Amino acid sequence: MSPATDFPALNTPARNTKVMNRFDLTSRLVAKLRNEEAVIGGIGNTNFDLWAAGHRPQNFYMLGSMGMAFPIALGVAMAQPKRRVFALEGDGSLLMQLGCLSTIAMLKPKNLCMIVMDNGLYQITGGQPTPAAAVSDIVAIAIGSGLSESAWAADEEDFERLVEQSLSASGPTLIGVRIDDKPGVGATRRDPVQIRERFMLGLGVREAL
Amino acid sequence: MAAAAEPASQQPSDGKAWHDVVLQTLKRNDIRLVPYVPDRVLTTLIKNIHADPFFTTFPTAREEEAVGIVSGAWMGGMRGAMLMQTSGFATLANVLASLAIPYQIPLIMFVSERGTLGEFNYGQSLVCRTMRPVLDSLAMEHHTATRLDEFEFIVDRSIKQAITTQAPVALILSPLLTGGKVFEK
Repeated sequence: MSPATDFPALNTPARNTKVMNRFDLTSRLVAKLRNEEAVIGGIGNTNFDLWAAGHRPQNFYMLGSMGMAFPIALGVAMAQPKRRVFALEGDGSLLMQLGCLSTIAMLKPKNLCMIVMDNGLYQITGGQPTPAAAVSDIVAIAIGSGLSESAWAADEEDFERLVEQSLSASGPTLIGVRIDDKPGVGATRRDPVQIRERFMLGLGVREAL
Repeated sequence: MAAAAEPASQQPSDGKAWHDVVLQTLKRNDIRLVPYVPDRVLTTLIKNIHADPFFTTFPTAREEEAVGIVSGAWMGGMRGAMLMQTSGFATLANVLASLAIPYQIPLIMFVSERGTLGEFNYGQSLVCRTMRPVLDSLAMEHHTATRLDEFEFIVDRSIKQAITTQAPVALILSPLLTGGKVFEK
């Protein structure tokens, strides 16, 4: 046996994190938002489930631009430091843009919470495993990037507790959740200008006509 | 390797260098957020923007990231512009086509032009040739600044047009303006 096999694979049930469901977790998050917090949904299923959880004026839905959910959320958080900003990203999407974790760690926005929905799959393209699936730990990567307030949610209750903590945190937080391979429940209407204009109205940047 | 001096024709008569024009014009247009991926030619500009408390400026790991940040900030009511070099622009086709353009974000990009007028790295000269075809294929507004006497007009008008028409713009900083980067033994 080679020495490496003495170490358990990181992304296995041995990590003691329950496999949950994206739509259920997104609904639990949205139910906790009381102060017009902004929520940025990444491409595909993260924004489909955000839409399905009930549209809010402070929701932004991405179409394409894989990996941009955290950078967009960082920009919103910097522009509106008094508003809490949440970002929902898939593990495959985050792998496209791991460097943004260092940027966020450097800038330390007080009002940004990142949620990584990790099923180890490119679910929307046919469920192919990501290169990270069996070997990498997204939360360990975040901690290694300097985001010390990063944790795996053990189960739904733990997820809600971490969301509560993030709502009053004084620095950026990251919550990793292991999810199943279920597709998104809804589908966002793909109208980028409407999405942006509605979001800016919701953030108080635009005034209703 | 070093940033070369500006050509003699671009020596400022009123003491304003091209990078002073960028800094002052950003300020006048209330553009406070300036993420960048550095370039040798941009060194003085980046240093001066860091030194001015009006700006929030920082490096990003990739140019794409800076596009996301500026887009989010604009939707949140804060204006931004990003700085990069030619090879960085070459990484942006997807994010321009799927975020900045369709969502109508006034993304203001300054691109220090490598790959021409004395380039010493073949890869830079090749990637430079992709820049204007990408901009043109996306029908994006872009200008190549070569002269100091026109520069403030180009920068100021382009920023105002980007914001009022909600469309991205690329301002390409030619070695004719900046001196570029040259090989030194």
